[in-house]
Amino acid sequence: MNIDAIQNGIVIDHITAGRGMRIYELLGLDTLEASVAIIKNAVSHRTGAKKDMIKIDSDIAINFDVLGFVDPGVTVNIIRNGELVEKRRIDMPQRLTNVIRCKNPRCITSVERSIEHVFKLTDPQNKVYRCLYCETRAQ
Amino acid sequence: MSRSVIDILDLSTQEIESLIQTAEDIISHGDRYAHACAGKKLATLFFEPSTRTRLSFEAAMYELGGNVLSVTDAATSSASKGESVSDTARTVSCYADIIAMRHPKEGAALVAANNASIPVINAGDGGHCHPTQTLADLLTIRREKGSFSNLTIGLCGDLKFGRTVHSLINAMARYPGNRFVLISPEELKLPSYVKKDVLRENGIPYTQTTSLEKAIPELDVLYMTRVQRERFFNEEDYLRLKDSYILNMAKLKSAKPDLCVMHPLPRVNEISTDVDGDSRACYFKQVLNGKYMRMALIMKLLGMEENLA
Repeated sequence: MNIDAIQNGIVIDHITAGRGMRIYELLGLDTLEASVAIIKNAVSHRTGAKKDMIKIDSDIAINFDVLGFVDPGVTVNIIRNGELVEKRRIDMPQRLTNVIRCKNPRCITSVERSIEHVFKLTDPQNKVYRCLYCETRAQ
Repeated sequence: MSRSVIDILDLSTQEIESLIQTAEDIISHGDRYAHACAGKKLATLFFEPSTRTRLSFEAAMYELGGNVLSVTDAATSSASKGESVSDTARTVSCYADIIAMRHPKEGAALVAANNASIPVINAGDGGHCHPTQTLADLLTIRREKGSFSNLTIGLCGDLKFGRTVHSLINAMARYPGNRFVLISPEELKLPSYVKKDVLRENGIPYTQTTSLEKAIPELDVLYMTRVQRERFFNEEDYLRLKDSYILNMAKLKSAKPDLCVMHPLPRVNEISTDVDGDSRACYFKQVLNGKYMRMALIMKLLGMEENLA
């Protein structure tokens, strides 16, 4: 894989330095057959600050909610035939479904099978998500 | 999906006002409602011990002329075989017209509501919400104080795990001019997110204290709570905190003559029995008010308001 020139795939850019691996794990990229490159501590041409990047050499479906939850403000670039065809800035999602689990042992999600783990954004300013069922704050 | 009530905030202030008007009409003209829910069945699913809430729901349905199907012990239900709340809700929807459910897990009532095809009323989901207790509290405050506004409300005891306290704060925070006095031991203080999200966010004044004696003279309403053994993982913590506050006639001496003393019951020893005969003791009126508000709520969710004699 040439990490500078993807033909068909996705580039997740402007990841806050240090959060690349967390996004890699939550997106399940370790299970992909395709080539994936994580670039840590690259210097942003735009701001001069350090950032992480993930390049995926495959046009897979990305869970944008994961990106918006872990690192709002990242950009997703869709590459087709070597050309940038779409660029999206990802903001915090209003709801998170099956991305994280509630840690409250008293929550119904700790015992109920086949239940979706849903969190809602209750305080955008402070990036606070709470469990839909028990209202415990996401950690 | 049918309309359910999981949290007191599921009801607008206008809807609460309407429920109070219905409850007041039931109090005045109970006979008119004797057949309001004839032919309808309420399923009371109680997966956690309860006496008054279950009996209140059942009495409410019987007084509306309806019938009751009851699960009173999780050990004898399909839950003991590992049936999920989702499946229980779907199954009971085939038998009944409305569900009242208590469950030890927080959020269980929402799961039931998401899967039932009939209305679900949360009758308590762990330490989370207990909206019909709050409806009982609201009718009591309205009847005793005449208003929901400009009150100094003392909340005393277990403010950390007390679901009735959180619900009452949420409900009363929607009315203007109220002030809260939070009386608890350090370990059982109101969770910071309730203070931030509800009180500070809405600019509602509050003070925190560990002294009931100091707080009592300024209160219009005193809401006592029990330190609940079932909310503690550690028995030692429970034993250390359970007798933190005991209201007795000596402490009431410095209270206003029209103070409204409330308690969601059951009490253990938070209120001395010598207070029971005082005109300020409203906790048994609260029990009766709870039945009237549950009658009003059942009628509303079943759409039976027009079905009157």
